[in-house]
Amino acid sequence: MPVFISDQATSPQNADAGPVGARRRISGHEAPAKLWLRIRRNWQLYALLFLPLVWLVVFRYAPMYGAQIAFRDYSPAFGIEGSPWVGLANFERFFNSYYFKPVIVNTLIISFYSLLAGFPIPIILALSVNQVKMRLFRNSVQMITYAPHFISTVVIVGMLFQFLHPRVGFIASLANLFGMAPPNLMGDPGAFAHIFVWSGVWQEMGFGAIIYLAVLSTIDPALHEAAVVDGASRLQRIRYIDIPGLLPTAMVLLVLSTGRVLEVAFEKVYLMQSPLNLGVAEVINTYVYRVGLLSPILDFSYSTAIGLLKGVVGLLLLITVNYAARRLTDNGLW
Amino acid sequence: MASMTSYESNINKVNESAVDRVFMLGNTAFLLIITVIILLPLVFIVAASFSSAEAVIAGKVTLWPVDFSLLGYETIFEHKKVWNGFANSIFYTFFGTIFNVTMTIIAAYPLSRQDLIGRRFITIAFVFTMLFSGGLIPTYMVVRDLGLLNTRWAMILPTGIGPFNLLIAITFFRTTIPPELNEAARIDGANDFRIFLSIILPLARPIIAVLALFYAVNTHWNTYFQALIYLKDQDLFPLQIVLREILIQNSIDASMLIDIEDLVAREGLRELLKYSLIVVASVPVMILYPFVQRHFVKGMTLGSVK
Repeated sequence: MPVFISDQATSPQNADAGPVGARRRISGHEAPAKLWLRIRRNWQLYALLFLPLVWLVVFRYAPMYGAQIAFRDYSPAFGIEGSPWVGLANFERFFNSYYFKPVIVNTLIISFYSLLAGFPIPIILALSVNQVKMRLFRNSVQMITYAPHFISTVVIVGMLFQFLHPRVGFIASLANLFGMAPPNLMGDPGAFAHIFVWSGVWQEMGFGAIIYLAVLSTIDPALHEAAVVDGASRLQRIRYIDIPGLLPTAMVLLVLSTGRVLEVAFEKVYLMQSPLNLGVAEVINTYVYRVGLLSPILDFSYSTAIGLLKGVVGLLLLITVNYAARRLTDNGLW
Repeated sequence: MASMTSYESNINKVNESAVDRVFMLGNTAFLLIITVIILLPLVFIVAASFSSAEAVIAGKVTLWPVDFSLLGYETIFEHKKVWNGFANSIFYTFFGTIFNVTMTIIAAYPLSRQDLIGRRFITIAFVFTMLFSGGLIPTYMVVRDLGLLNTRWAMILPTGIGPFNLLIAITFFRTTIPPELNEAARIDGANDFRIFLSIILPLARPIIAVLALFYAVNTHWNTYFQALIYLKDQDLFPLQIVLREILIQNSIDASMLIDIEDLVAREGLRELLKYSLIVVASVPVMILYPFVQRHFVKGMTLGSVK
C-alpha cells in the first residue's frame, strides 16, 4: 500500500513522458493570467473537491488546530483560544508522572514484539504459498488464512477470553483431557504480551501476505527460467530471486510500521485490559483515553499533550527511519 | 499468471530434483500446519456454540459439539439488545459506506487529473493525515462542538475519507482512464461534470466495489471505538458495543437467564451464549467474505502498483 506514496512522489517525472506532461511543460512558465485561466477552465473539478476539502479541514485539520490546548490549561468555560497558556507544564507533568515510565515501556515492548513477529511471518507465508502451483490447495490456503482478518476486534478478544478460559475454554478442555490443572492465561500479566502479539499474527498473517503475493506475481518468469537452466534449486530461487524482489515492498512496509511503534492498536489492547494486567497492558493510547475521557476529572489539556507528544515523536521517527532506509537500501516512503 | 503456471509445471515434470521434492514436501506440510492453526480456534468456537450448557461449563468440548443443543442460539434470538445492535450496525454501515464512497470518489477523480493545478498539494494534505493527527481529545472536541455527540451522525461524518482508500482510488483513475478520453469528451462539448457523471462513474464500478468493501468492513461493521467515545444512548449502540458488554465485560441481562433456577446451569448458559453470539456476530461477514475476497485482493494489489 505505501508503495503508493512513493508512486505519488515520482509522478511528476512520469508526467513528463505523456502528452499531458508535454502540455504541462509548456504551461510551466506561463503568465499568472493564463494560470488563472486554467484554474477557471477546471472550476468544475474544484467544485467536486469542495465537500471533501471542507470535510478534511473540519474533521482532520481543525483538531490539529485544537491540539494547541496541550500548551494551555483548557477549561470549557473559556474555550480553546480563551484558556490561559501554560507553556510545557502539561508535558512536564507527564514526564514526572508515575505512569510515564511504565506506559512508554509497555508501548515499546508490545510494539517491537508485534513488529518482530508480525513483519516476517506474512513474507514467509507468501513465499511458501507462492511455491504451490496446485490451484485448489493454493486457493484453499489463501481463503482460510485471510478469513480471521474479517473477524472484528471485539469478537477476537471475546474468542481469546473463551478459548483461554481456565474453566470452560479450549485450553481447559485440553488440560482436562490430559488430567492437568488448566492455567489462567488471561489473568496472567506475564502472558499478556504473548497473547496480544500471537493472536494478532494469527489474525493478520494471511491478509498481510496478500501484498507480497501480488509483488511475487509480478516477478519476471524469465528470471526463474534462467535460474532453473543454471541448476538452481527452489530454495536458491527463493533466496536469490523472490526475496530480492520483495525487498522494496518489505522495506516500505517496515518503515511505515516503525513510524507507528507508538500506536499500539487501541481497540484491542483496551479490550484485553483488566485490573490484573494493567501494569503491563497500559499503553500510550489507552492512557490518553483514560486521562481524557474516562477519569472522574477530565483533563483535556493533559491528555492532548500526551497524544501530541506521541504524534510528533512518531512523525520524527518515521522521517528518520525513512531517511535511513533510503540511505541503506534506496527504498523508502518518499 | 496462467502462462507462468503452465511453464512452471513443465519444469516440474522435466527436472524436479530430489532436494526440490523434499523442499516441496516440507512446504506443503508447513502450509497444512498453518491452516490447522487458523482453523482450530474457529472450529472450537462453533463446536462449543452447538453444545449443551453443561458440557461447556464442564470443559468437555474440544472440536465437536457435545450433547448437541441450540439453547445458546435460542437465548440470543430472544435478546432485544442484540437485535437492536444488529439493526444499528446495518444502518451505520449502509449510510456510512455511501457517504465514504461518495466523498472518496469525488475527491479522487479531480486529484487524478494531471491538469488540475494544486493537485499535489491537496493530495499531500490528505496523505499527511495518515501520518499525523490532532489526536483523540481535539477530534472529540470538534465532534462535540458540532453538536454530533450521541447522535447517529457521529458514527458517520467523522469517518469521511480514509487516505489509503483515497490513494487507491486516485491510482485507479490514473491507470485506467487515459487523458485522451477526457480531451475527446471535451472536444465533443462535454464539461467536467458531464464527463464525471457519464464517463467516469460507469468506468469506476470496480473501484467503487473495492472502496465500499473496505469501508463497510474496516470502518463500520467491525469497529467499536467511535461508538465508545461518541455515543451514550443505549438505543444507538452498534452491535460491537453490545458484544463488548456481553463478551468482554461479562454483563448479561439477568432476564435472559431468569428461567433457570440452578446456579451452575445459569453459569453454563452464560458461557454458552457467548459462543453462540461470537458465531452469530461473525456469520454475516463470513458468508459474504468468500464472494468479496477477490475485490479485497484487488484493492490491496492496486495499492502496490508502481
